[in-house]
Amino acid sequence: MLSRISSKFAVQMREIEKSFGFQKILNSFNIDVEKGSIHAVLGENGAGKTTLMNILYGICKADSGKIFLNGKLVNIKNSRIAIKNKIGMVHQHFMLIENFTVLENIILGNEITKKFGILDIKKARYQILEISNKYKLNVDLDAKIENISVGMQQRVEILKSLYRGADILILDEPTAVLTPNETIDLISTAKEFASENKTVVIITHKLNEIKSSSDVCTIIKAGKNIDTLNIRSTSQEELATKMVGRTFALAVEKNRTKAEFGETVLKIKNLNVENKKGILAVKNLSFKIRAGEILGLAGVDGNGQKELVEAIICGIKSKSGSIEICGKQIQNTSVQNVIKNGVSIVHEDRKKLGLILDFTVAENSIFSTYNLKLFSNKGILNMKAIHSFAEKLIENYNIKPQKCSEYLTKNLSGGNQQKIIIAREIASNPKLLIVVQPTRGLDISAALYVEKILMKERNKGKAILLVSFELDEIIKLSDTITVIYNGSIIKAFTQNNFSKNEIGVLMAGGGRTENYSKDA
Amino acid sequence: MVELKIIVKTLKKPFPSLMFSILLGFSVSILILALTGYSPFEVIKSLLNGVFSKPKYISNVIIKSTPIILTGISVALAFKAGLFNIGAEGQFIAGSIASVAAGILFDLPAFFQILVVLFFGALFGALFGCLVGFLKSKFGIHEVISGIMLNWISLHICNFFVSLEMFHKPNSNNSFAIRETGYTDLKKSFSFLKNSSFSDILKTDINIGFFFAVILAILVAFLLNKTKNGYEIRAIGFNSKAAKFAGINIEKNIISVMLICGGISGLAASLTITGVSPHCVSILSGFENNGFNGLPVSLIAYNSPIGCIFSGLFFGILIYAGKSMQSELSTPSEIINIMIGIIVFFVSVAGIFPYLLEGIFKRRKKNE
Repeated sequence: MLSRISSKFAVQMREIEKSFGFQKILNSFNIDVEKGSIHAVLGENGAGKTTLMNILYGICKADSGKIFLNGKLVNIKNSRIAIKNKIGMVHQHFMLIENFTVLENIILGNEITKKFGILDIKKARYQILEISNKYKLNVDLDAKIENISVGMQQRVEILKSLYRGADILILDEPTAVLTPNETIDLISTAKEFASENKTVVIITHKLNEIKSSSDVCTIIKAGKNIDTLNIRSTSQEELATKMVGRTFALAVEKNRTKAEFGETVLKIKNLNVENKKGILAVKNLSFKIRAGEILGLAGVDGNGQKELVEAIICGIKSKSGSIEICGKQIQNTSVQNVIKNGVSIVHEDRKKLGLILDFTVAENSIFSTYNLKLFSNKGILNMKAIHSFAEKLIENYNIKPQKCSEYLTKNLSGGNQQKIIIAREIASNPKLLIVVQPTRGLDISAALYVEKILMKERNKGKAILLVSFELDEIIKLSDTITVIYNGSIIKAFTQNNFSKNEIGVLMAGGGRTENYSKDA
Repeated sequence: MVELKIIVKTLKKPFPSLMFSILLGFSVSILILALTGYSPFEVIKSLLNGVFSKPKYISNVIIKSTPIILTGISVALAFKAGLFNIGAEGQFIAGSIASVAAGILFDLPAFFQILVVLFFGALFGALFGCLVGFLKSKFGIHEVISGIMLNWISLHICNFFVSLEMFHKPNSNNSFAIRETGYTDLKKSFSFLKNSSFSDILKTDINIGFFFAVILAILVAFLLNKTKNGYEIRAIGFNSKAAKFAGINIEKNIISVMLICGGISGLAASLTITGVSPHCVSILSGFENNGFNGLPVSLIAYNSPIGCIFSGLFFGILIYAGKSMQSELSTPSEIINIMIGIIVFFVSVAGIFPYLLEGIFKRRKKNE
């Protein structure tokens, strides 16, 4: 199966071994990436795909093994050597300086200077524009990173790599935060790039995109190369089965137990919210969610979703309008009051907002309910009750490792961390559950599990507000789909009455073709 | 090779790595002493002699340690809430002034007199701490800035206080001592030792302070780990944003934590005033470091209140032994500060040792 070392291949990695501590991440891993191809590396979370690429980019060093670039043995000790060998990497979490401009970020570390170290901005700008025109990577060079959309930030990262002359481009989970249209643009850029006999490696766990983008796919599981397949002759189910190691259905049962929605749980009327900079981020927004309904809020990141959610839970002040939970006004009260009124939230950023990573799992499991008499009586925590509660959640939600209530939460995988949050929020028996990007960064089986739980809660009569930047997820789960753009809800669709294409266009600003991200 | 693996694993645990770092710190500082011309053997001998050769010395170490154990706990508790209580020094001074004032102005029977003195010490320390917390949560003023400023303010209040006619002891730099009913020394309780070989303990200012320190350490540990408020405090310290979104009132908690921290520092002061002669405050030309020493004490204890008892004692040993070294070997007084500095340095970088060893381990494996 292994090919000979030859210059036909952009990258060949042989017998790569890597352990962190005593845990083996990569186990004599071999991979061949042909020149001029788009090569997907597919695997579940924790399978070792990011580690593999980090080794190739010199961020971490393999314990043993060899890397050949264009048929030549190269010792990639650090990322400077990787860059010198024309490897570029776009990380899942972008490495950009927020208050620098796009241009400054692109030239950072590779500045062209005139005499006495004075920056030659003009020349740099000219070179960058040339690249961005060639690959249709539309960016605003003078905008600050903090003001542009995530999609554009990604284009900046790609430009940064190309500006440094990359021939091999590694993209780590590139579509995680993109709209469907942006994803299409990204894929066409990658294809353009590959057509010049350059190489793209995409790390992903999304099956449907591999089909449309890649030529070859390597499946990685528990640090081993399971198989390398030609995409055209392989079905999605086959890929999924190989990746997880067992067969399962990709669809989620959407059947409802009750035919009708219940009473209105959340009612928002003419809501206006300002963001941190004092700009109106939510504009005159109204909607309602009934019991037993999942309302999906589709939209590109940065169109007011964050402010809307924070305003509902009173994390920030609303400027005007009203928010009612079961007929009771809650806007501009306190987070405590909102929780008391039966609102639970699964935050987008579980590490920063949802969990305290240095707490044990047990301590995190009561984070939103520790005020209950069961857990704290007269100010004293009831450790026994807390532990048995945590153990119950761990068992019910199959959180791994088993019996981990005494473990520090940071030692659990992302999927299991997310399960803790969802388990705890559902256990608090809310009337309204707000979930933001609930399956972000989760592998398929964990994501599927989370989706099933959301369905189950809906069928139990919970009202659920689903905020996601992934349209597929919204379509899959929602009873009502609303599209938010620039702080307002543009349109609402019922389950059986929408077209994916139309939503995609609305998400991008009502079909306007100019750069929507600037005013987003 | 297998042994090395075990060593690496052991060094990743907090206690062994702490002991290793202290040992390493000691070795390096003794090496420095050797380089400056003192025999390492003599140094170690005088260190041990200075602390353990007589019961009196041990008693003195405990007395010296008591205030820094308490300020250490104060700093540790603040750390748990993500606050850097550099103002412990000022809270300590404020507590001393209030204790002396109360000890002179009140005239109650012994038990109540002690209670009143301790209460006022803790109260004024708490007020200073609370002010820092208030400024932080209401106006976002960093606790280090306001803490340092309050340190200087309390130092000058102290000097003003001593200069007041009502409190100033003529022809001295001191205030009057507090009334004897306010003393908390235990010489009487330990008088049964009079004819034993431990009789020289009675020559020291043996007092109740250490027991207070142990009880407070246990109370603070209980507060942090077993109570709802402690849960909130730790949540804020680890991740204040998540705490905010879980409905925890951050402002209120910061104020109350600083109030308790200040109270503990103030209590450290009043226990010193009531327990250790000369039972008064003096004109300060600079800080006495009772509060500042709480910072390394807490650091060495990894911010564990119970750990502060041991690291405080350890610190007491260093300070006391330094003095005996100074008189026996005529080492400069700075040398013990260098030693403390080196040990604190090694403790704070303790996390890197297992990785250094792992690196050596891997390199050797490669060469084989």
